[in-house]
Amino acid sequence: MTSTLTISHLTKRFDGFTALNDVSFSVAPGSRVALLGHNGAGKSTMMKIILGLIAGDGGSITVCNAAPGSAEARAQVAYLPENAAFHPALTGEEQLRQYLRLRGENPAQAMALLDRVGLAHAARRRIGTYSKGMRQRVGLAQALIGHPRLLVLDEPTSGLDPVSRRDFYALLDGLAAEGAAILLSSHALTEVEARTDHILILSKGVLVAEGALVDLRRRAALPIVMTVVPQPGQGADLAAALPGAVPVGGAYQITCPQEEKLALLGRIATLGVADLEVTPPSLEDIYSHFSRRDGQ
Amino acid sequence: MTLNRILATTGTEFRIAVRNRWVAIATALMVVFALVLAAAGAAPTGDVGVDRLSVTVASLTSLSVYLVPLLALLMSFDAIAGEVERGTLPLLLTYPIPRVEILLGKLFAHLVVLTLAVGAGYAAAGAAALLVDGASIAGLPALWRLTWSSVLLGATFLGAGYALSALARRPSGAAGLAVGLWLGLVVLYDLGLLAAVVANDGGRFTTEVFPLALLANPADAFRLFNLSAAEATAAAAGVGGAAATIPLWQSAASVLLWPLIALFLATAAFRRVRP
Ligand SMILES: Nc1ncnc2c1ncn2[C@@H]1O[C@H](COP(=O)(O)OP(=O)(O)OP(=O)(O)O)[C@@H](O)[C@H]1O
Ligand SMILES: [Mg+2]
Repeated sequence: MTSTLTISHLTKRFDGFTALNDVSFSVAPGSRVALLGHNGAGKSTMMKIILGLIAGDGGSITVCNAAPGSAEARAQVAYLPENAAFHPALTGEEQLRQYLRLRGENPAQAMALLDRVGLAHAARRRIGTYSKGMRQRVGLAQALIGHPRLLVLDEPTSGLDPVSRRDFYALLDGLAAEGAAILLSSHALTEVEARTDHILILSKGVLVAEGALVDLRRRAALPIVMTVVPQPGQGADLAAALPGAVPVGGAYQITCPQEEKLALLGRIATLGVADLEVTPPSLEDIYSHFSRRDGQ
Repeated sequence: MTLNRILATTGTEFRIAVRNRWVAIATALMVVFALVLAAAGAAPTGDVGVDRLSVTVASLTSLSVYLVPLLALLMSFDAIAGEVERGTLPLLLTYPIPRVEILLGKLFAHLVVLTLAVGAGYAAAGAAALLVDGASIAGLPALWRLTWSSVLLGATFLGAGYALSALARRPSGAAGLAVGLWLGLVVLYDLGLLAAVVANDGGRFTTEVFPLALLANPADAFRLFNLSAAEATAAAAGVGGAAATIPLWQSAASVLLWPLIALFLATAAFRRVRP
């Protein structure tokens, strides 16, 4: 299986300032990849280079077996810009009809596409009257035109309400199941954690971590947090048996390294415990771990 | 396929022009000015043997040489700079269309608007002349020639406007450049030439450089073409003397070539825009 997108040793400088430094990764067909990083990390810059809007200064990129920005690549890649903007005097339907015709598709699909992003009711209103989330959905609708092999989505869920976000990820699942590769950037870590297969973390233009969430979790080797609720009257004994436990409300919190988890669980089970909760490090923890390590 | 893509842009741009009231403004402007000229031309001129419409065409030529470039530049200066400012350009450039097709799509839409405006204005003036003077039928070929050469003049300045729009990348800057180009080519150029001719007093500049200088300016070539084609009224205009010495085919060639040159310049400038 060949990759839809392959980037090797990509570097980009803006008059002396290095926005991307020796970045390499690839995106396989059908995979959903999240690009994370602080403001100014280089996410949007990387996407613009993948689309051929700006040129890199070093390294090589292959998009759908073609050069970025070539007619062949553009025919197979869909893009949602960071702040999707459209001419305010056009209606949503007119705008989509134009995009459909530019891709050589039947403009009659415009309504069906708007319906897929929940915008059919406003299709005949001017985009100038749309809310931010509605404009974002016009952007999503145009990214669904045809059967793109690669979708490059820059903060696709910014401005969407919680229900729309869920619908959006359901849409992505469908596209990925059909074999489309998806690269999206986001600051909403919790949703990315649940809905993507692969994670890239950029920090100051450097790719500091890459892999599936479980791999990253193992590599970060962050401690696990256990929350133990003692049986009535057993609190003092429990605290004595578990040095290092921090009282939180009526419970105690203990942190331990990944490899000591099972031994500790065994020990806790012998004590007078009413309830026990194990919290693995969240993507937020992993993200902070990796972006701090190389970022400073 | 390619034509369909170009026409997709044309349809959108035309819709935007209608909603921005450009069609209404341009048409009203041309009709009002044309009718004012037709009414002014109705005063007895003493030109025996020249029909009313031919007189009107001569004054319409002088009007259009100012108004058509102005309308074309007003419609085109925002074409690329506006997309940059609105933030719509990056997405558009990721679509599988060559940049020249985007420009052609906009050009066709703006040309339709310009043709509607010029056509309505000239038709009104022509009808007014025909109503007063039945012999005006003799002037219809001149009116037709004025119409299509006005559309070509418009195409030249639309292309120039796109080029400035791409160079400036900001609507305010593009507007400034467009005003500068209009003043330079339509007003100052002729004043400069006139001053040079007067100072030269019939020397080599007047006989050799001056005709070339007229042909090199699309606005002057347009005036020259329409006036030398209607020699009867040539004397009425400022460049009449020069019009007599330059063959018709040369001014016609300039009128035909300039739109292509302008489109080429616009494409070259647009290709250099990095979103
Ligand atoms: N055209 C440009 N000229 C100069 N510097 C630029 C240019 N475009 C981007 N940069 C710089 O490159 C860096 C990366 O910017 P980029 O937009 O890729 O960040 P980002 O990761 O998308 O951030 P955010 O999360 O805020 O969207 C920033 O420091 C930015 O200032
Ligand atoms: Mg960004």
